[in-house]
Amino acid sequence: MSQTAHNELYLALCRIRRFEEAVLEKFSSGIFFGTTHTSLGQEANAVGVLSCLQAGDVVFSNHRCHGHFLAYGGDLRALFAELMGRATGVCGGRGGSQHLHWCNFYSNGVQGGIVPIATGMALAEKQLQSERQSASVVVAFLGDGTLGEGVVYESLNMAALWGAPILFVVENNRIAQTTPTQLALAGDLSARFEAFGIPALALESSDVLEIRTAAAALLDQVRAEARPRALILNTWRFGPHSKGDDTRPPDLVAQIKDQHDPLFIHGQRLEPAARAAIETQVQEEVTAAFQQAAADPFPIL
Amino acid sequence: MPSVLDSLNVGLHQAFDADERVYLLGEDLLDPYGGAFKVSRGLSSAYPGRVWTTPISEAGMVGIAVGMALRGLRPVVEIMFGDFITLAADQIINHAAKFRWMYNDQVSLPLVIRTPMGGRRGYGPTHSQTLEKLFLGVPGLQVLAPAAFAAPDGGSGPGELLAQAILGGQEPLLFVENKLQYLLPVHTPASLPEFSFAIEGTPAAPIFRLAVQGAPAPQVTIAAYGYMAELARQAILKLAYEHEIFAELVIFTRLVPLEDQVLCAALRQTGRLLTVEEGALSAGWGAEVLARAASALGLHLKACGRLAARDLPVPASGPLENAVLPSIQDIMQAVRRLVA
Repeated sequence: MSQTAHNELYLALCRIRRFEEAVLEKFSSGIFFGTTHTSLGQEANAVGVLSCLQAGDVVFSNHRCHGHFLAYGGDLRALFAELMGRATGVCGGRGGSQHLHWCNFYSNGVQGGIVPIATGMALAEKQLQSERQSASVVVAFLGDGTLGEGVVYESLNMAALWGAPILFVVENNRIAQTTPTQLALAGDLSARFEAFGIPALALESSDVLEIRTAAAALLDQVRAEARPRALILNTWRFGPHSKGDDTRPPDLVAQIKDQHDPLFIHGQRLEPAARAAIETQVQEEVTAAFQQAAADPFPIL
Repeated sequence: MPSVLDSLNVGLHQAFDADERVYLLGEDLLDPYGGAFKVSRGLSSAYPGRVWTTPISEAGMVGIAVGMALRGLRPVVEIMFGDFITLAADQIINHAAKFRWMYNDQVSLPLVIRTPMGGRRGYGPTHSQTLEKLFLGVPGLQVLAPAAFAAPDGGSGPGELLAQAILGGQEPLLFVENKLQYLLPVHTPASLPEFSFAIEGTPAAPIFRLAVQGAPAPQVTIAAYGYMAELARQAILKLAYEHEIFAELVIFTRLVPLEDQVLCAALRQTGRLLTVEEGALSAGWGAEVLARAASALGLHLKACGRLAARDLPVPASGPLENAVLPSIQDIMQAVRRLVA
């Protein structure tokens, strides 16, 4: 992979990191409405998977969607503006942090329900393939907590039965809000997919290149065979579930950050000067986007 | 005269024929069975790639249809019994009904969910309910209920209402059928010589107005929909012949959004309103209609009442079921109370 490609991936990781940090940092000022769920620590999942997309592919994300939106190509200012409830927001301020739609990117905040919808989208893309003249696929992002919802398994069943071209990506950050996975998930996570005849690949990694390589291979299979695949990304959440609700011991969180930082892992592949330049560029972009959004008007009904 | 069932079946075939983006998902749809109530018969033979018989997964099938609708198809979902729609409530309320507005009107979601409600067949508490009231207050969700009436050419009948909803809709819609209504003939003015018969409203949401032919000005206005409209039709004929009490009937085919102008115009003449529905009384459709009428008419509304099922589960035993659900006699009695 070229140095330019490395730089691009780092830029995408860095954009998510700085955006999410700005959200948490500014939240107490009262400029954002509602709540938020940041994807700090999980940046490599969004960038690794979504950097493999082709034009026309569809993404359905969940409550923790900022990173996916930005990795998909979404605009920093529009996302800030959406969180600030401004007319220039991704959805004009109607949706807020969890409810985004732009181009072929969608998200919703209720657990599980997006899984049949993403499956239906994949089936629609398959039906409309000749009309659209492309074999588009769908990527659906689930969390480990989502696996408690029954409709997920209805969806896996029908996705396998009917050959939906969809990649289910489970971001297992080992904690659902405050509940550790071992208190909520019986048996083997991959086996839940394999039981429906959906091949599952599990990765223990925060390395964007490793995730990207795995996702690219699976997406090729989904596209070629029009069959579902699952990618289990065992990952780490650096921040709280939403804002101030992290119940994990601080030293454990510090250890996680020290050992599993996707920016650190990938940043080592960059020339130090290039890396510094990207970090400066992203800092400026995020600051400018925040200021522009903060000056944007509120919508009217 | 075709039955409501025949008319709905023809409407489905018309929609499939008119637009190849129309798909049907549901349980046990394949011929020769053609769905538990046979509304979907013949479709899987005529359009084999577009009728998907599903596992018993109401939430999943509705969710899949939502996704299909968001990406350019026009899916129809058949929920075998209306009672089972609760299994899909999250999909309907938190997903389908939300997307268009919360995504800032950037998407359309042409989805029709059809399902039969209603009792009087002894199916008991979980297969006899009339649950649409639970879905009447969900912004972004339309609710239609076909009437067993049509224009002389069949226009505005059940099948046409369904075909229009499938082909013309841009947002999710709950299409509430009724098990006993399936068996009714679709009446036209020619088949109802004892009644004056007018069709108002719009083609997408016709409102039928019936009164006894040649009767004096009506004293009471009855608002009803679905199968209860048929019982109310029989009741106003008996009231006229047996008691010389004259009522007119306003039959709604769209419950949400509620168009109350035709009803209010009728009420300005009679000043008396009875709402009739098969769902349980409390917090029902009639409460909404009555509140709208009271707001619009104020003191011109002299008397009003609501007739509905008693606030009990629907029993399996015939005599018990009859005691819980509103009958023709109950309608007559309620009207007589209003004019007393």
